[in-house]
Amino acid sequence: MKSPRIRALALALACLPFAAAADTVTVVTSFPKEITTAYKKAYEARYPQDKVEILNKNTAAGIAYVREQAAGSRPEVFWASAPDAFEVLSSSKLLAKIGPGNPAIPAKVGNYPVNDPEGYYRGQALAGYGLMWNTRYLKANNLPEPKEWADLVKPVYFGHLAISSPSRSGTTHLTVETILQGEGWTKGWEQMLAICANSAAITERSFGVPDGVNNGQFGIGLVIDFFGLAAKNSGMPVEFVYPSVTAIVPANIALIDGAKSKDAGMRFIEYTLSEEGQTLLLQKDISRLPVLPSVYAKAPAGYPNPFGGKIQAKVNFDSNLSESRYYVVVSLFDQQVTFRHKELVAAMKAINDAEKRLGGRKSAQLDEARKLVLTPVVDEKQAADKQLLALFKAKKTDAEASKAKAKVEEEWAAKAKANYAKAVELASGAK
Amino acid sequence: MRTHPGIAAVAVAIAAFLVAFLVIPVVAVVYTAFSDGHGGFTLAHFSAFGEISLMRESFANSLYVAGTTVGLATLIAVPLAYLTVRFQFRGAILVQTLGVLPLVMPAFVGAAAMQLLFGRSGSVNLILKDAFGVTLPLMEGLNGVIFVETLHYFPFILLNLSAALANIDSSMEEAAQNLGASGWRLFRKVVFPLAMPGYVAGASLVFIKVFDDLGTPLVLNVTNMLAPQAYLRVTSIGLEDPIGYVICVILVAFSIGAMGGSWWFVKRRDYALVSRGGVQAPKRRLTPWQTFLAYGWIGAMLLLVLSPHLGILLLSLSKVWSFTVLPEQLTFAHYATVFAESKQMIWNTFLYCGFAALVDVAIGTAIAYIVLRTQLPGRQLLDHLVTVALAMPGLVLGIGYLRTFKGVELPFGGGALTASWLIFVLAYAVRRLPYALRSCMAALTQVHPALEEAAENLGAGRWRTIRRVVVPLMMGGILAGFVTSFITAAAEISETILLTSRESMAPMSYGIYLYFQSVLGRGPGAALGVIAVSLVALGTYVSHRLVAASSPHQSGGGK
Repeated sequence: MKSPRIRALALALACLPFAAAADTVTVVTSFPKEITTAYKKAYEARYPQDKVEILNKNTAAGIAYVREQAAGSRPEVFWASAPDAFEVLSSSKLLAKIGPGNPAIPAKVGNYPVNDPEGYYRGQALAGYGLMWNTRYLKANNLPEPKEWADLVKPVYFGHLAISSPSRSGTTHLTVETILQGEGWTKGWEQMLAICANSAAITERSFGVPDGVNNGQFGIGLVIDFFGLAAKNSGMPVEFVYPSVTAIVPANIALIDGAKSKDAGMRFIEYTLSEEGQTLLLQKDISRLPVLPSVYAKAPAGYPNPFGGKIQAKVNFDSNLSESRYYVVVSLFDQQVTFRHKELVAAMKAINDAEKRLGGRKSAQLDEARKLVLTPVVDEKQAADKQLLALFKAKKTDAEASKAKAKVEEEWAAKAKANYAKAVELASGAK
Repeated sequence: MRTHPGIAAVAVAIAAFLVAFLVIPVVAVVYTAFSDGHGGFTLAHFSAFGEISLMRESFANSLYVAGTTVGLATLIAVPLAYLTVRFQFRGAILVQTLGVLPLVMPAFVGAAAMQLLFGRSGSVNLILKDAFGVTLPLMEGLNGVIFVETLHYFPFILLNLSAALANIDSSMEEAAQNLGASGWRLFRKVVFPLAMPGYVAGASLVFIKVFDDLGTPLVLNVTNMLAPQAYLRVTSIGLEDPIGYVICVILVAFSIGAMGGSWWFVKRRDYALVSRGGVQAPKRRLTPWQTFLAYGWIGAMLLLVLSPHLGILLLSLSKVWSFTVLPEQLTFAHYATVFAESKQMIWNTFLYCGFAALVDVAIGTAIAYIVLRTQLPGRQLLDHLVTVALAMPGLVLGIGYLRTFKGVELPFGGGALTASWLIFVLAYAVRRLPYALRSCMAALTQVHPALEEAAENLGAGRWRTIRRVVVPLMMGGILAGFVTSFITAAAEISETILLTSRESMAPMSYGIYLYFQSVLGRGPGAALGVIAVSLVALGTYVSHRLVAASSPHQSGGGK
């Protein structure tokens, strides 16, 4: 009597989503739903025998996820913007060597290699970093349109900007690193700290910035180009520019070593680099820059083309340097900015107020206050210190190392906090 | 009654289930927080936690947010409860609606809408700025979390307090009135102390829920609180990061502390009334001035409470909503997108929550029967174990599952347990079990044992009696338990964010969260939110009807 019921149950269970399809391509990605859905649909239409599974994680969480899976049951594809994430993965022996793909894709954009010279990952789209603003917000608040990062340090933008934290967003880390490499460590941090001090929020994910600009919470955001372009092309009242200190960097795709179905994974990667796959990037709600130059012929007028020399990328991004100090930059940013944002903003406000009060008169205290706020608590020499870098790369289970690291971070935090407090004191007493 | 061996076997099986999916994961979390990595005991992780100023700050912030929310929720709930229970007041139905509306919308869904209404450039601030040149920082940082959580959780206090107030014998108040107490004094000296157990139960629940909440701070971009920190540590540094576990232990300790504290508080004093269930206090009349105030207060609250619902509806229908008081163009395109892309997620929600709720009522019915109808030694333990689940933060259980079941493979090539949909069913079932159990217990209490004895006298065996008599008689309660488990699981986000490893496996709540994480996803996210809210609202309505239908003598409420 019971068997039909059991059979029905078994049938129901078999139809459930866990039933493993013949070939499943699992893609770990930090990309928004618009992109992943378009690729999933198009790829599955092209290769009906495969299924695409999307694992949407921010870059850091994606790396942690891949690391924790056992070889043989790992996902197939890692697809994200930040080149350093791929460096981290390949140095942890988690990527398979696949070499360059589609021969029509140039080897370099500017001076930057499109594909990993060692063959562990390939550029899938190009991305520049820039400024996105809400035109209505700027108009309502009488703010001038910015052109360069350097514009954003001006007091007029105080409280109107937004940036994400590099520890949570790979793309923001790239922006930060681009500025650091373009302007040098000290000057770069000075600029960045001023920008952060002008920011209304340090958002948890990179997407929080364009989202806030779109709905008018923030005036201007530091974003990766496609966030701005996609919003603009979809009718949002926003604009986007590339400042001159920008780097055009490939967003990459890689095959994970120890994946379940390598062949299907490779098929997906090749598809994303094919003419058809590259053309998907031009969709309005995606608006990314293809790595395949021939695709730009199909792009609407005015679409930025990095191969046409229109975007002036002054910075030659050095991803080795970026990777070597990744943890230090990220942690320093968090300790000095993300977690101390309230104090940083208060210090900047005190400085702005003092400046107004003094009406342009020079003041030693004010200069001192500004210096306290805009100097990183770690100088360039310390940031390159081998011992410090090793400490940050140590395994997380090593209790000694993690304790030592916590101590260093705590010192930075304490110093930053003290600097900000001192700056408020100096600025409010400035004569 | 002699205990049937079959029933003992069922009890053991349930105990094994609870140990495997509740006790072991939580113990694993606690163990990791105190382990030095070589099997020894250490407090080093706790001292490391204490040394990180961010952690101290997060701890303080979480306490501040939870405490302030309880305070504000009290301010909203106490007048409302007092009004409806003690006065002749036609707005009572409005207040009841107020008590349910926020609960049908997951706090993190509401949070996204609230930002558009009350945020920096939200509707309210745009109007204020235009008219007076000022803006209110309602949604800035911790304020936003407090604001959203207060509106979401005040019903817990309202419902518990209303039930407690309704239970107070009228003679107490009459006695006080005869002695000359009235108005504020009557409330402060007599009514409120008598209703204290209900208030404390509600308030402690609010405190725990807010303290553990992950979704709301994440959607509002607030990370300097304990739950987001635990999530960030575990997802970006990895499952090995001890600080994440230390946070979990703190969350658990506070949850259990708050719950135990409220029990102890209620037990400490004798709240028994001489004649319970007697005549309810006669409802007093409001003066015109008081009526005006009452309607004003209720109207204002209703407007606030409805704002996230309205906001999410507008958002789901708006094409562009940027820096304007209201969206400009309306469209149904987002619903089309959701139905085209996310049918799977809607289906997943039904599947996971349906299975979880089934498991819950099955176990709930069994435990209710074992506790109330058998003499099985240690049967109360099952009840207590389930109650512990109530105090377990979803985040902690999620992390515990990931750690405990890491590398556990399902039979027949089903893949890793943590990567399969079963993990959702288990996690939801365990955390929602207390709701189902309360329902089943209540239902069985109302079934007189004489009915079962009659069945057995007529020759029915134990199983047959249970199947043909007990369960059908309990059906109303069982169904209500099913619906409650289902809808609360459908709105769950903390565990869901942690356990979702593939998009195709994600339930709706994760889908909403995911949509909110993309530039153009606010609209579809809101549309999915509206669908989820409608579903939960429908479920809540059905469960209320079921409870009302199964116990005609009760006047509803108390749930």
